[in-house]
Order: sequence, then structure tokens, then C-alpha cells
Amino acid sequence: MDIETVASLSSFLAALVLLTAFAMLVQKRIYSLIHLFAWQGLLLSANTAVVGYVAAKHHLYISSLLTLSLKVVLLPYILHVLIHRLKIRKEIETIVNVPMTMLIGLALVIFSYHLTAPVRELSSLVTRSTLAVALATVLIGLLMMITRKHAVTQIIGFLAMENGLFFAATSATYGMPLVVELGVALDILIAAFIFGIFFFHINTAFDSLDVEKMAKLKEVD
Amino acid sequence: MSTSLMLLILLSVPLCAAVVLAFVGDRRLAPEINILGSAATFAAGLGLALEVYEVGPMLAGGNFFFVDAFNVYLSVLTSFVSMTTAIFSRRYMRREREHGRVGHVGMRFYHAMFQLFIFAMLLCLLTNNIGVLWIAMELATLSTVLLVSLYRTPTAIEAAWKYFILCGVGISQALFGTVLLYFAAEKVLGEGGDALLWTNLSQVSGQLEPTVLSLAFVFLMVGYGTKVGLVPLHNWLPDAHSEGPTPISAVLSGLLLNIALYALVRCKVLVDGSTHTHRAGNIMMGFGLLSILVAAFSLLRQKDIKRMFSYSSIEHMGIATFAFGLGGPIATFGALLHMLVHSLAKSAIFFTVGHASQMHRTQEMDRIKGLFRGNPLVGWGMMFGVMAIVGMPPFGIFTSEFLILTATIKDAPLMTPFLLLGLGVAFAALLRKVQPMVAGEVPDYQKSMKVAHLPVVLHMALVLVIGVYLPDFLSQWFHTAVELLK
Amino acid sequence: MTGGPILTEFLQIMLLLGAAPLFIGWVRTLKCWAQSRDTAGVFQPYRDLARLFTKDVVLAENASWIFRFTPYLVFGTAILAGGIVPMLSTDLPLGLSADVIVLVGLFAISRFFTALAGMDIGTAFGGMGSSREMMVASLAEPAMLMAIFTVSLADKSTSLSHIAEVAFSSQALLKPSLAFAFLAFVLITLAETGRIPVDNPSTHLELTMLHEAMILEYSGRHLALIEWAGMMKLFLFMALGSALFFPWGIDKSGDLSGILLAGGLLTIKLGVAGVVLVLIETGLAKMRLFRLTEFLGSAFLMATLGMLSFFILE
Repeated sequence: MDIETVASLSSFLAALVLLTAFAMLVQKRIYSLIHLFAWQGLLLSANTAVVGYVAAKHHLYISSLLTLSLKVVLLPYILHVLIHRLKIRKEIETIVNVPMTMLIGLALVIFSYHLTAPVRELSSLVTRSTLAVALATVLIGLLMMITRKHAVTQIIGFLAMENGLFFAATSATYGMPLVVELGVALDILIAAFIFGIFFFHINTAFDSLDVEKMAKLKEVD
Repeated sequence: MSTSLMLLILLSVPLCAAVVLAFVGDRRLAPEINILGSAATFAAGLGLALEVYEVGPMLAGGNFFFVDAFNVYLSVLTSFVSMTTAIFSRRYMRREREHGRVGHVGMRFYHAMFQLFIFAMLLCLLTNNIGVLWIAMELATLSTVLLVSLYRTPTAIEAAWKYFILCGVGISQALFGTVLLYFAAEKVLGEGGDALLWTNLSQVSGQLEPTVLSLAFVFLMVGYGTKVGLVPLHNWLPDAHSEGPTPISAVLSGLLLNIALYALVRCKVLVDGSTHTHRAGNIMMGFGLLSILVAAFSLLRQKDIKRMFSYSSIEHMGIATFAFGLGGPIATFGALLHMLVHSLAKSAIFFTVGHASQMHRTQEMDRIKGLFRGNPLVGWGMMFGVMAIVGMPPFGIFTSEFLILTATIKDAPLMTPFLLLGLGVAFAALLRKVQPMVAGEVPDYQKSMKVAHLPVVLHMALVLVIGVYLPDFLSQWFHTAVELLK
Repeated sequence: MTGGPILTEFLQIMLLLGAAPLFIGWVRTLKCWAQSRDTAGVFQPYRDLARLFTKDVVLAENASWIFRFTPYLVFGTAILAGGIVPMLSTDLPLGLSADVIVLVGLFAISRFFTALAGMDIGTAFGGMGSSREMMVASLAEPAMLMAIFTVSLADKSTSLSHIAEVAFSSQALLKPSLAFAFLAFVLITLAETGRIPVDNPSTHLELTMLHEAMILEYSGRHLALIEWAGMMKLFLFMALGSALFFPWGIDKSGDLSGILLAGGLLTIKLGVAGVVLVLIETGLAKMRLFRLTEFLGSAFLMATLGMLSFFILE
């Protein structure tokens, strides 16, 4: 494979990552949401491997494998088990105003493109153009956390943000140093256990995972 | 002893203590182990500080750790406050357990996470790698999240969830900023872990691309600013600080905020070196001033005592951020001093608040009365603590705030009225709220109880000493740190 | 071959007129197979049209000229559109004078008059159908234009012939912008041609009708023309998709062998497109009307993402 083909493959994967980000933004079924998240992880992992190949950076293969095991296998599995245990498999969330959410998402993509312009100009990496997509994925994850009211979907939004950050590291700098990547993966793993515990706590305390119900703490009573 | 050995002790003691306490944290002697571990950490911190004082900044552990005047003073502060908090929490947590608010697992969890939290904070301070700095910061958040929800009440869970989500989101922005920083550094330093080392970065900061660094700073500011609790990113802070156990409130307010500010200041130094403008400083000043004003006015409406003091923490972090943003030797000196005395005073206040709320079985200020007569140490401790925190002489905060104010009048005169307004409102609000709590008759529902004297007395004495007479070695130290942060 | 372009143009329009019912027949046959029903054969649409042409026109008393004029206009615009879309060859005289925006405009005119005609008689169904159709149109048209702009950005022209030529000769296989635009185009095609999940072409159930409600009052040759135009519209969209995204084999020079090859390839492409269409239609259920905003919103989203990824990634 020559560099050009690989670069265009990487852009294509980036576009698909963006597509999954948008799909997650408007997906109402929790189960499908987890599948989408796993898909996004798979695309990221593939992209990392491709970038690793084009840049001849072998530590990227390790991050690619790490992503594969953590974000495609382990985290979706944990989430599956959790929603199975919590008996929320069939829950469908109402999302207010899907078209508006999509439009905001589009605006975020444009915003990211604008924001990453200086980096794009300075960089000489073949992946530089995907940085905007990465930042957009981060911001769309953030938007998802804001628009969603279910604890599980908020967490998936959070993890999608993390995906975007990982993607950003790959596209801006061919990945962070390995020690940092490993540390971040460890943090995510700990976070996974914490939110697992949290789901049960919230479910016991509020009889639901709807975070709208958590409104006791206010400034003025 | 060599530096790396000292560092090893400093970091491994809390980690080992965390592992041990995870198994025996509910035994009778667990609080003593907790205290012992923290004391050993403090001793190692002192040893390290002494060496740095004599030898100057140094690298250790194959460039992985870096110690200079700035972070070693914060390490000593961190280990000291965590030691006194461990002492305070012995009685406090025992009482909570008697009241049935925590069980066996809860106690184990509490002790283990407390030590892990200390480890994370020390790692944050001492690491030379800004990527690891981020990881440790996230670890510090994660280790305290479940401590905030320790009591499992709906409000506690709500607060912890908010803390988890908002800080998680915030800190993710900081990671993006770090990626951008690495991008800029890689151009100058080449690829690999070396490009994230603070020692290398600070040497070449002049060659880093200014546009990228400005962009990175925006993300770092939002990210670490969330953890500092700067307005408008502060929403999680009053909840998290008020719903968790009081020892945790004390270390969150007294230490974690400092650590986050430390990270922010480190990044600011790099950005300043690259851009040669005051832009980063201006952003920090804006956030700081907004925090002071919003927090001061929020103080007026609070009903919950811990919540009120968390707002006071936001205000003081605002002051320190503002001062670092202002820059210049006097303001930076003031900011460093302010971080120190605020930590001491605020954790002392939280100790007394913890006792007061246990005596009355409530955190509502309307129900807390007659502390002077009920328990003089708690009453006077709180009174003096509040006097210190609002900046009355002769306490140390007066000195630091005075320095910051002087620098403001000189360098940014237009900001002075706002700063003064914030300080004035906070002064009035806190004294007005505290006076009815400490004075008056003892209500019949107040229970007398044994309190931990040492932490409160020690902290207040230090704040007083620093206010009256700043020891030479301390001011020398701050001067060195100010030089580093120029 | 002398007078080639004009002859090609003529051939193309003939093909459109002749093959559109066949394509519908093919789709219906496939659908029957997919649902294990007996088929009426691929030529049934011709028989339907012939039957309608022999019947008398029944007009409502208060029908105005708009009602009578609309079928001819709709039919005429469909034929005109057939002259623009490169099906067999890119060397089209009309293609030079009208680009893809004109094409969208032609569809819009025909829709506008259909909606007017739906309201002309004053029955409840007609008005309802018109308002629904306009709602769909108001969402589908921006998306359609956006998708087309994306393609024309990538190929640097809005002329369909030019796009087809450039796209044919360009090497890049994986263009994210084109992939997004294609996805958007598929969604829009389903909406514009009234297929499931947007509209159900084979029902007259009052609650679900969109397009059928507007033309409920038509009969005889008027109805035949409108039905025929509808078939041509589906055919045209398929041909447009082929020209924009899969322009393999479309002839450039205008000689006979090239045109024959193009015709053969077009047949294969349409055959496949029919299969895909049937797969979509059997796989999905019709959406509630108010979810259409989400459906078409996604189409718009895809189209815009396509345009953005053109700037960001290419």
C-alpha cells in the first residue's frame, strides 16, 4: 500500500467515526447505543493500526490492540452486563428535538474545523486533517452528555469523548507516549468500575437511572 | 539519603497504606494505621524539602520525577494537611460509624481511598511528565468520587454523580490541551516521552508555536479550571464538598483545589514563555475575578454550613488564580502564600464544622448554636478560622491578600474595586453567618462530644505564625518559587 | 455519426418513457417474490397505463384550469429532466444549457403544481396530501441540494455531464464526502419518490397517504400521465444516482457501441438498484409522519457532513 491510499483510508475511517458519533447522538435504544460505541472503538482501533503502518510507529499497534480490547470488547461487555442486571434492556429514551441536536452537532463540526486550523497548517503528518474530526467527536460526546438524561447514556457520551481524545492524540501527534496511553487506559478502566457501582447506587436511591430525578441539590430552596 | 529514595518513600507509603487499609480498614486500629502512614509521608516530604532547600531543583527516577521549590512546598503542605486530617478523621469517622452512617465496607473503602487520594495528589505534584500529571489528576478525582457518595443518601449520590460527570468532562478538555501541547513540543524536542517532560518543555518554551499553545491553554484552562472550581465551571464543587464526609471536604477544599491550580500554573508558565504576551494571565485573571465575585455573593444565600465554606473555597481559589494571572513577583509571592494559608485555615474550619455538625446532627446553620459555650475549642476554632479566612489581621491570609491587593493596585488598578467588593462581601457574609452559630445559649439538642484538638490548634497556630512573622526559610522558598514562575 | 448528440438526446428520452414502467414492474415483481406472493409480471405497469388511457376523464365541477393543466406539466417536466440526466451519454445538448440545480427546480415545479391541483378541488384529502407533500419537500429539497453541492464541489462543476465525466475518470476510491453524499441521496430518493419508509406507494389508506392523497381526484388519461411521470421520476432518480456516484460506462463520445454499452450497464445498475430498493422497503416499516423530520434531518445531516468532510478531510 502506498502512503496516499493509506492516508485516504485513514480519512475514510475518520469520516465513519464522525458518522458513528452522530448516530450515537440521536440513537434512542440503549442497546444499539452500546453497539454503536463498540463500532466506534473498532473504527478507531483500525485507524490507529493504519496510522501506525503509514508512520511506521510500532507503539501505535499496541495502542490499537489496547483500544480493541478495552473499547470494543471490555467496556461494551461491562455495559451489557450492567444493563442486563439493572433490567433496562428495553428502555427507550426520549430525546428532545432531534433535528436541533443534529444541527448543533453540525455547528460543532464546523467549530472544530475552525479551531484546529492553526494545527493543520503547522503539521506535516498525513493524518493532520483528521484532528478536526477528533475534536468534533469530543464535542459531540459532550453534547450527548448534555442532551441525554439517562445515566447510562451519559456515561456512553463520556466514553465517546474519551474516544475522541484518543483519536486526537493519534491524528495530531501519531499518539501520545506509551506511558501516557497506558495511564489513560487505566483511568478509563477505573472509571468503568466506578460508574458500574454508581448505576446500582443511583438505581437503589432513585428507583430509576433517569438523572433528571436527581434535583435535590439546588442553590436556593 | 538520596533524593530518589526519599521520593520513593514519599510515594510508596500512601500507596502501600492504601493496599493495607483496603483489607484492614474496618479494624479497630485502622485509623492509627492511617495516621501513621500519613505521618510517614509527611516525614518523607519534610526530608525531601530539606534536600531541595539545600541542593536546589533536581531530577529523580530517570527524569520521571522533578522537584523544585514550587512543588516541594506543595508536597509538604499536602502531606501535612493529610496527616492532620487523618488525626481528625479518627474520632470523626468513629462517631459516624456509631451513628450508623457507614458500615464495614464503607470504612475499608474510606481509608483505602483516602491514602490513594494522597498518593494521586503527590504523584501529580512530583511528576515531571505533564501527561502523567493529567493521569494523576484524573486518578485523584476518581478516588474521591465514591468517597463523596459514601453515605449513600440520595443527595450524596447526586453530588458524587455531578462531581464524576462534570470533572470527567472538564478533565477531558485538559487532555486535549495536553495533546496540543505535545504536538507543539514534538516539533522542537522530537518524538517520544521526552517531549512531555516539564524540565525539557520549560527550557524550550520560547520556541514552541504560540498559536498552538494559546489554543492548548484554552483547553487546559477549562479542564484544570473545572477542578480548581473556577466560576462558571464550579457547579460540582459546593455539592461534592458538602455531601461527603467532612475529612474529605477538608482535603478536597484544602488540597485538591491547590493541586489543580498547580497544574494550571505550570501550564501557564509554558504558554507565557511561548507567546510572550499576557494573554494566558488575562484569561486567568478574568476567571479568578469572576469566581471571587460570584462566590462572595453566593455566600450570602447559603443555609448549609459545609456548602457555605465550599463557596468560600471557590472565592479563595479565585483570589489565587487572579494573583497568578496578574503575575509579577509580589502577586505571585502573594498567591503562593495564599495557597498555603488558605489550605491550613480552610481545613481547620472544616474540622470544626465537622464536629459542630456532629454535635447538632445537622449541617443546617439555623440549627447550629451556642458553640462557644457548648464546646469552646470548636466555637473558638471556628471563629478564629473564619476571622482568618476573611482576611483579618494578624492571620496569614491578611498578609497574602494584602500583597495581592497591593500588586493589583499597581498593575491592574481597574480591577481593584471589584476585588475589594468581592473581599468585602465575603467578609460581611461569613461573619454574619458564623456569629449566630458560635454565640448564644446552648440548644437542648446539642450533644457534647470529644473532639480532636491537635489538628485545629496546629493549623490555626501556623496560620497565625505565618501572619505575624514569616520565617526566613519560608520566604526564601517562596522567592525561589517566584523566580521559577516568572 | 452525424447529428449524434440530438439523436442521443432523443434516444435517452425514449428510453426514459419506455423503460420507466418496466423498472417499476421489476421492483414490484421483486417485492412480490420477497413476500412470496404471485406476481402480475414485469409488464403490468404498461397494461395499467394503457387501461387508464382508454378511460374517460371525470372532472369535478369546480375544477379549474390548474387541475387540467397539471398532468401535462408534470409529464413534461419529467421528460425535460430526462434530457438533462446523463443516462446513456454525457454528450447532451440540453445538458449543456441546464445543470443539476435546474433539475431540482424542475422537480420543484412539478411538485408545486401537483400540490396546487390537490387543493384545487377542495376535498379534504387533497389538501391534506398537499400540505404533507410540501412538508416533506421543504425538508428534502435542502438536503438534496446539499448532497448535490457536495458532489459538485468534489468534481468542480454543477453540470451533470461534467460531474459524470470527472467522477468517471478520477481515481480515488474512498472519498468520505462522496460516501456521505451517497447516503444522503439514498434517503432523499426514498422521500422524493414516495417509497417506504416515507410513503407507501401501494396503499390508499387515508392516514398514511402522502402523494396518493393529492392525486386522488384524477382519472383517465390525466391519472395515466401523472402515474407515468411518477414512474419516470423514480427512474430518473436511479439514473441520477448512477450518474453522480457510479458513472461507469456512461458514454462520452456519442458513438453507437458506446451507447449500447452504456445501455447495458444501465440495465445492470438499475436491476441492482431495484434489488436494493426492495430490500430497504421490505426491511423497514413506514414511519409516522412526524418522525419524517428526523428521517429527512438525517439526510440533511449526511449531506452536510459530506460537504464538511470534503473541506476537512480532502
